Amino acid sequence: MVKEIERKGIAVVHVCTVTPISLTVGANRIVPAVAIPHPLGNPKLKAQEEFSLRKKLVEKALQALGTPVSEQHVFES
Amino acid sequence: METKRVVVYLNQFFGQIGGEDKADTPPQSVAKAVGPGVGLQTNLPENCSIVGTIICGDGYFNENLEAASTAVRQMLQEFAPHVVVAGPAFNAGRYGMACGMVGKIAHELGIPAVSGMYPENPGVETYRQYLYIIETGNSAASMRTALPAMGRLAGKLANGEPIGPPSEEGYLSRGIRKNVFAEKRGSERAIDMLLSKLKAEPFTTEYPIPHFDRVEPAAAIADLSQVTVAVVTSGGIVPKGNPDRIEASSASRYGKYSIEGLDTLTAEGFETAHGGYDPVYANENPNRVVPVDALRELEKEGRIGKLFPYFYSTVGNGTSVANARKYAAEIAAELVNEGVQAVILTST
Repeated sequence: MVKEIERKGIAVVHVCTVTPISLTVGANRIVPAVAIPHPLGNPKLKAQEEFSLRKKLVEKALQALGTPVSEQHVFES
Repeated sequence: METKRVVVYLNQFFGQIGGEDKADTPPQSVAKAVGPGVGLQTNLPENCSIVGTIICGDGYFNENLEAASTAVRQMLQEFAPHVVVAGPAFNAGRYGMACGMVGKIAHELGIPAVSGMYPENPGVETYRQYLYIIETGNSAASMRTALPAMGRLAGKLANGEPIGPPSEEGYLSRGIRKNVFAEKRGSERAIDMLLSKLKAEPFTTEYPIPHFDRVEPAAAIADLSQVTVAVVTSGGIVPKGNPDRIEASSASRYGKYSIEGLDTLTAEGFETAHGGYDPVYANENPNRVVPVDALRELEKEGRIGKLFPYFYSTVGNGTSVANARKYAAEIAAELVNEGVQAVILTST
């Protein structure tokens, strides 16, 4: 899905947990997520901490969108 | 004939530990055949015996690749099998990735391995050169044809017999070239093939040209504060009650849902339709898959120009590549029309 969106010229970042799949399939901007059942969250944290974590991850995704890449890149934290 | 030892790798479900709720089970082993292993045993040659089963949760394996790999490596070294049989995983993505990795670990230990997967399983493309992956159907309904094929091939590998090409043995192409002597020289074979093609007669290529479907990276967004950002997800977040009836697996459609005026996705308003992961966390707080709360705050702070008032959602579980591409192409066309320049796509 990521590639089809990118084909139309829209900058897209894939936030996902199993990054090897994203790499194999060919996404260009990848941000590793927390876990499969809660990619942008962590139920073990208190609500406020979890929100901070989510916001940081989204900010990482935005940073990826703003970064020029010439080939596939995983934006690790 | 010498007895050959076989080890089977299974996920938490086929290993009879539990369902999605047990996907976080760390690797463990038992010194006997379990689940499909019992059926596999009857499909192995007489001198091949299953001496152990390694079981690991699909979630645990994919979220803790290093730790899981270390544990599996140690268990394989202890069992010292002549061949490893992983799965079959059919079209289950996490399971296929785990089976593939187990195959790679076995390969590094000098042990041949066999698995069974549907061709679209990401485990195929990622790991195919390390093990033999028998082609299966896309669900456990094809277990009864997968096991005999896997058993036969595993037996050959355990007994050191020569392995034929994919078309003969039933495994998916590994991308490994093997030199063989042909009767006719290459130039003759090429002309024969060309003549068949010109006469519209059937012919078989000796080498299918690989299709590298790579997309040029889109230009970076210089200033996100001027841009509309949209969220698309394969995590299956939908309004409570799943009004569009998006399927838990093999989705035949996607949805477009309004977040106009919403600062967050609530458990009362939204849920997940995705059947391929434990839904409890996403149902408790759908922002964990579609981060509306964080994006809304970033919008208020001016970090992004605007959060698009809809998010698009489908279920990635077992959905065919062709369908996923179709949905995304339609979504992308709409987004272009609406002037959206950036997308965050979340997957589970």
